[in-house]
Amino acid sequence: MRASRSILPLRLSGLTWERGGEQLLGPLDLELDGENRVVVLGPNGAGKSLLLRLAHGLIAPSSGSVAWEEPDPRRQRSRQAMVFDRAVLLRRSARANVEYALALRGVAAVERGARTDEVLEQTGLLDLANRAARALSAGEQQRLALARAWALRPEILFLDEPTASLDPAAARRIEQLILQIREAGTAIILTTHDLGLARRIAEEVVFLYRGRVLEHAAASVFFEAPATREARAFLQGDLTW
Amino acid sequence: MTDLLEAFETAFRLLLSFDAGLLEIVGLSLRVSLTALGLATVVGLPLGGALAVFRFRGRGVAVVALNTMMGLPPVVVGLLVYLALSRSGPLGGWGLLFTPSAMVIAQFLLITPIVASLARQVIADLWVEYEEQLRSLGATSSRALPTLLWDARQSLLTAVLAGFGRAIAEVGAVIIVGGNIAHVTRVMTTAIALETSKGDLPLALALGIVLLLLSMAINAIASVLTARGEQLA
Repeated sequence: MRASRSILPLRLSGLTWERGGEQLLGPLDLELDGENRVVVLGPNGAGKSLLLRLAHGLIAPSSGSVAWEEPDPRRQRSRQAMVFDRAVLLRRSARANVEYALALRGVAAVERGARTDEVLEQTGLLDLANRAARALSAGEQQRLALARAWALRPEILFLDEPTASLDPAAARRIEQLILQIREAGTAIILTTHDLGLARRIAEEVVFLYRGRVLEHAAASVFFEAPATREARAFLQGDLTW
Repeated sequence: MTDLLEAFETAFRLLLSFDAGLLEIVGLSLRVSLTALGLATVVGLPLGGALAVFRFRGRGVAVVALNTMMGLPPVVVGLLVYLALSRSGPLGGWGLLFTPSAMVIAQFLLITPIVASLARQVIADLWVEYEEQLRSLGATSSRALPTLLWDARQSLLTAVLAGFGRAIAEVGAVIIVGGNIAHVTRVMTTAIALETSKGDLPLALALGIVLLLLSMAINAIASVLTARGEQLA
């Protein structure tokens, strides 16, 4: 399905990010090939969002490097997309939000309409296409954010706590869509502190604690037999809920 | 006391009869201030937005300068425009002094900083919310700017209305560069100043009432817009 060579794998090496003399992330090394659904797991403040923003190129590392297989920075950028914990939708219709993103990526005007219809259909938003995006419910807004990202046909999709502010039903729909997007061939890297979500989605887990990668393992291994004390404590925390 | 009451009575009669002299003055006021406002909007909104979005050396200084210019005394602006347009001034050849065009220029200079400065604040706030999302979608700063201006359109309208309020109500600049010439450059504020000093209170009062009504209308529109903006935020 992929038209041309892949930008993956993604290699983070010696990556750090600091602010005000305090090192909030790293140093960490991580290689992601995008074959599995990756969940970056960890407590609040572990640096999950930072890791995603660094990998996606929204912020620059203090040291270390974010390297893609693809050397051309423009192609790197155009093959990625990100969905944030709270959808930032433009003050226009749902449809126009998707079309705007496609226009930014240089998709020809004649193709935008069809692609927009397609993703709105796939995300169950076609009936709401002409409604003001800001007037949609929180769950619909997040679905629209997913649709907008999906329309870009990214090779890799970063999701930062995509269901954190949603009720359980809306969160389930988002989860299903994420699985569907993966089925269609997009690599998934998702952060969460929600163990239930992590267990349902993850095939590969990166456990982050105080800015460091403590474990990077297959999901089955991580959940059955966590190697570190911190991970065990984090997983136990779930049991006391 | 009876003089005052009579003045009010005459003022209302002028208003209710749509007195031609009164309408002429109100019309010129609106024409001058709306033209100045249109130009100030075209220049001020992108300027304010650019100051919010682009990072460059001297940006802090530019913002301080702009905010300072928000409080420019109208008489000073009037004086500067007068000097520029007077026969011996650098733009004297245009022959614009004591014409409505000179008044438009003065008001434009007076309110552009207001529109730009308020716009800068609005766009800066919105940029905080939008920046990561827009960058993620692949927008550069210059591509983001029109998007931000469009998405902030309701708050920006409030900035524009503030500019209009300032333009329509100021007297210092237009009296210097316009000269308050009857049928040519006489606007509401300059007429009020003149008629009051001449002792012709009814016309001054009638114009004052029109000004107040206009200002009330602007504030009403602004508060309705703000309420609607909050609803959609």
